Amino acid sequence: MLPESLLEFPAATLLADIAVTGKHEFDELTIEVTAGNITEALRRLKNDLKFERLTSVTGVDRFPQEPRFEVVYHLQSIERKQRIRIKARISGANPQIETVCGVYRGADWYERETFDLFGIRFLNHPNMTRIVMPEDWEGHPLRKDYPVTGTRYEGDHHGH
Amino acid sequence: MAIDTGVTSELEITQDHLEHEKHKSGHKTMVLNMGPQHPSTHGVLRLLIELDGETIVKAAPDIGYLHTGIEKEFEQKLYQQGVTLTDRIDYLAPLSNNLVYCLAAEKLLSLEIPAHAQWTRVMLSELTRLNSHLVWLGTHAIDIGAMSVFLYCFREREEILRIFEMFSGQRMMTSYFRIGGLALPHPRGWQKRVKDFVDMFPSRVDQYEELLTGNAIWTGRTQGVGYIPLEDMLDLGVTGPMLRAAGLAIDVRKDAPYSSYEKFDFKVPTSTKNDVFARYQLRLEEMRESCKIVRQAMDGMPSGSHQADAPGVVLPEREKMKTQMESLIFHFKIVTEGFRVPVGEVYQAIESPRGEVGCYMVSDGTQKPYRVHWRGPSFGNLQAIPKMVEGTLIADVIAGLGSMDFVLGDTDR
Repeated sequence: MLPESLLEFPAATLLADIAVTGKHEFDELTIEVTAGNITEALRRLKNDLKFERLTSVTGVDRFPQEPRFEVVYHLQSIERKQRIRIKARISGANPQIETVCGVYRGADWYERETFDLFGIRFLNHPNMTRIVMPEDWEGHPLRKDYPVTGTRYEGDHHGH
Repeated sequence: MAIDTGVTSELEITQDHLEHEKHKSGHKTMVLNMGPQHPSTHGVLRLLIELDGETIVKAAPDIGYLHTGIEKEFEQKLYQQGVTLTDRIDYLAPLSNNLVYCLAAEKLLSLEIPAHAQWTRVMLSELTRLNSHLVWLGTHAIDIGAMSVFLYCFREREEILRIFEMFSGQRMMTSYFRIGGLALPHPRGWQKRVKDFVDMFPSRVDQYEELLTGNAIWTGRTQGVGYIPLEDMLDLGVTGPMLRAAGLAIDVRKDAPYSSYEKFDFKVPTSTKNDVFARYQLRLEEMRESCKIVRQAMDGMPSGSHQADAPGVVLPEREKMKTQMESLIFHFKIVTEGFRVPVGEVYQAIESPRGEVGCYMVSDGTQKPYRVHWRGPSFGNLQAIPKMVEGTLIADVIAGLGSMDFVLGDTDR
């Protein structure tokens, strides 16, 4: 349910039936929808409110909270000079969400990057592969439980 | 060498491909691997191209060679330390990156930045644009075969780097903008240095134009080359001069002014030709506009403090540290512990020389950012490469790539 105060924003009204929650802070509007509704939300915003640009897709890892991941989409309407942030939360056990490549082709690389660095799988993505890390890399570096010290070869023949 | 295709790129390269596979048209095609060290890629971009004769059937950029985990590193550093990482993302526009990072953190902290610092930021950001455009023009011209332009461009760039060094002590990794204002007060004698530069620069842009605009080889290689439909660019996430050269007057400095850009008088040049030549002309026009902004900032520079009045965030003055115990303690605490930033999330966008840089910053209330996502313009722009080159001749790839003006550090982070 969206807070009453947000209904003055057309985007909030448009997504009222599928929104989980929302906020307006630092002059920025954020609306959270359920993971299953993400494509629908973005399609509505693009078609009905002319948010013609997807500026980025990324993730936030709330480890050890559950649902663990937030997938964050930033959209922009050039004509009305507005921006909006759409979010969906997904579980850490099986992090996956529908791709939005069908709505914005530009989501392609951003979703691959999010997959690469967070291990979030985008279903029906045309090419769900790593993009910045080597193809044979193990693990997803931007996860909070990914180690930042030590080497990949701990416990090798030096006996450390 | 066959490449394992178990989890690999869009262009499925197999042994068959390398042994001249038959294309739909009935012609034999071959796969060419450009990079990752091709000099024209200005960094380490790998481009896989499937060719039918000299025509490109399919192109697939392969990035990641400069990935250094900067976003992960932000999470390990105090807010103020993060500024130094931003220089290294887009190393041709360090001050633009400093600016967007600082603006994002300042938004979370609700800091009021004094006009003096804001105007300095505008002035130096525009010099950064000139710096970046000069490197772009020089290298772009070299790619197409005009060697001398590079030397002229770097002559002026050297002057800009001297100005950066004067202000920050550094030529490239400036880190001059800090959360809360500027790292240092203005150096003595900066006005003359900047004035000499803006007096000289417009005539130098004329020189570049003389060398290139009417040059038959230049126009032959650039006109009608590198076209991408505007709708495709919007859909693929292209920003900056590429969009403006396709007729869309989009510029964050005008659309959502930051750091008092609304007080400056400048035009956003556009063109409708949408080819490599149009992008060249557009960037030259942007250089002239930036030069005007620098002059306005220099002439109208408000006096005042170079830092916000925020004792827990900005470092105390050096002089006070020698006489006041509290200042010394503040200094020690800010440097060792950092400062806490209220819980929240912001997205700050600015217009860098290459397009929209977006810094998405999430704070959990501690002294280190919980998450920083860097929306580099080069990343979005590069996505449009296949759209631009497929169906064109291989010789046009270099001209087309050059007109995109990407920096791989910005792409891979």
